[in-house]
Amino acid sequence: MYAQMVKSEATDEDPAKLAAFQARIDAGERIEPKDWMPEGYRKTLIRQIGQHAHSEIVGQLPEGNWITRAPTLERKAILLAKVQDEAGHGLYLYCAAETLGISRDELTEQLLSGKMKYSSIFNYPTLSWADIGAVGWLVDGAAIMNQVPLQRTSFGPYSRAMIRICKEESFHQRQGYDLIRKMAEGTPEQKAMAQDALNRFWYPSLMMFGPSDKDSVHSTQSMAWKIKINTNDELRQKFVDQTVPQAEFLGLTIPDEHLKWNEDKGGYDFSEPDWNEFYEVLKGNGPCNADRMEARTRAWRDGEWVRDGLMAHARKQTSRRVAAE
Amino acid sequence: MAPSLSDVMTPDAAALAAAQKGEGRAPLKAGSPEHDLFTGLTRLGDNCLILGHRVSEWCGHAPVLEEDIALANMALDLIGQTQLWLGLAGEVEGRGRDADALAFRRDGWDFHNILLVERPNGDFGQTLMRQFLFDAWHAPMLKALEGSSDDRIAAIAQKAGKEVAYHIERSADLVIRLGDGTEESHARMQAALEALWGYAGEAFIADAVDTRLAEAGLMPAPESLRATFDETVNAVFAEAALTRPESDFAHKGGKQGRHSEHMGHLLTDMQWLQRAYPDAKW
Repeated sequence: MYAQMVKSEATDEDPAKLAAFQARIDAGERIEPKDWMPEGYRKTLIRQIGQHAHSEIVGQLPEGNWITRAPTLERKAILLAKVQDEAGHGLYLYCAAETLGISRDELTEQLLSGKMKYSSIFNYPTLSWADIGAVGWLVDGAAIMNQVPLQRTSFGPYSRAMIRICKEESFHQRQGYDLIRKMAEGTPEQKAMAQDALNRFWYPSLMMFGPSDKDSVHSTQSMAWKIKINTNDELRQKFVDQTVPQAEFLGLTIPDEHLKWNEDKGGYDFSEPDWNEFYEVLKGNGPCNADRMEARTRAWRDGEWVRDGLMAHARKQTSRRVAAE
Repeated sequence: MAPSLSDVMTPDAAALAAAQKGEGRAPLKAGSPEHDLFTGLTRLGDNCLILGHRVSEWCGHAPVLEEDIALANMALDLIGQTQLWLGLAGEVEGRGRDADALAFRRDGWDFHNILLVERPNGDFGQTLMRQFLFDAWHAPMLKALEGSSDDRIAAIAQKAGKEVAYHIERSADLVIRLGDGTEESHARMQAALEALWGYAGEAFIADAVDTRLAEAGLMPAPESLRATFDETVNAVFAEAALTRPESDFAHKGGKQGRHSEHMGHLLTDMQWLQRAYPDAKW
């Protein structure tokens, strides 16, 4: 889940309008940018879509970390294409957010000032080549689990962005699995890297779905608005059930001694991640929070002269055109 | 008990398979037509590989999201072209080395890229100027290679040329916009031009290998591309309000394997996994 812990906003508009709005959502209609919508709906969506977009952008960094060290030309090309896709997803999502009346630059400023968040998973480091496989397999796998239902979300531009994004994400997940499979079937060192990657990314991947629903205060309103479709726990369970056999096929061990098939519920019982660690990472105390923000801030600051130069040229061109007319 | 199966394998199957690919065959003789062609092809492939590597270092750090996407795209095209040129180089060499073996297992002195492409990224202006100077040579080079007497070279050039037509369009456009943007963007682009101009000339200086390749109709004579290059850069600099440096001094050596200090660091980064785990398949 690239958008975590999104607080839904309370809303105090005309009850008749609200009821009519809710009726449209309940009837499965899409809400489009020019339609009337409650302020809370608008603000919650800006926060959710913005956070999702930021996650795509910050998410370039842990994977970009290995582009120059990719071990074959084909793997290098695959990783480049993947990171390029993430930047493209960021672009669609910023565009979707812009339809709600906020600019991309404003959203970026809010990310850099710490007012807006991005997914906590990108505050974990990529330490070996196998991590690139683990990110595709587990992190993109968890993201897809959340994003597939969001293709049916009530806000039209978000839903359409999700449809495009999901197609690419599922491709990324397969590529990640292919990479880690090659490692798991490789030399003893490669296999050790694959297992170590799974050990480190397993619990952070489970955290991507957010805290348990019994502790999640923001779900009810978002679910009524169909901004959120499934509960955190439902999605987490689905992810575990899907991933365990994939790990078994690779001959890798999920780092959870309590992992066990539960016949009654038709799913696995598994250990909760360390939620204290999750909250610390959200607070900025993850292994890479400072590095990630520093990299994004530097890119934005160092790029200012480029953006200013392009804008200045565009203004000159316009005034030259006007002068010529 | 499992049924016994007769052993139909020859005991030295591995050695035979390796010999099929030419492993262990003697290196090509310097000055031979095959060696010349191999050298010419690694020059083309190494330019793409090293520039693609440099451009890929930008991933996630560009000034604006559209440039993150564009830079990744440039790198992707260049790495794709590397696979084609070095793949053909390995085939011509006939010693069992594929594009990956050439990219990840040669040392610096066996790389034949021009010095320009190994220059560090610097600021966005330097990365952009390096790209523009390269593209302004690369586009006419590929155009000329479409007429190569070797069909394989002509086919790769045709494919790569379609991509590079976009590269030059993009880099020229950005040089113009930033050269004729703000005072600061202009100053940075002029500084980038002055820093890199001395590396633009190497591509046009022929050595004996180039001359023989040109005589055989395989690749164009390097100096034959200079007029088109000059025409492109002069027009773009004029529109960008940039002043072309007066000196045409050219640093050289890269094409012959004598590189800058930067090259070793770049290769250390790029080749690390392949070198550290030589038995691994990725």
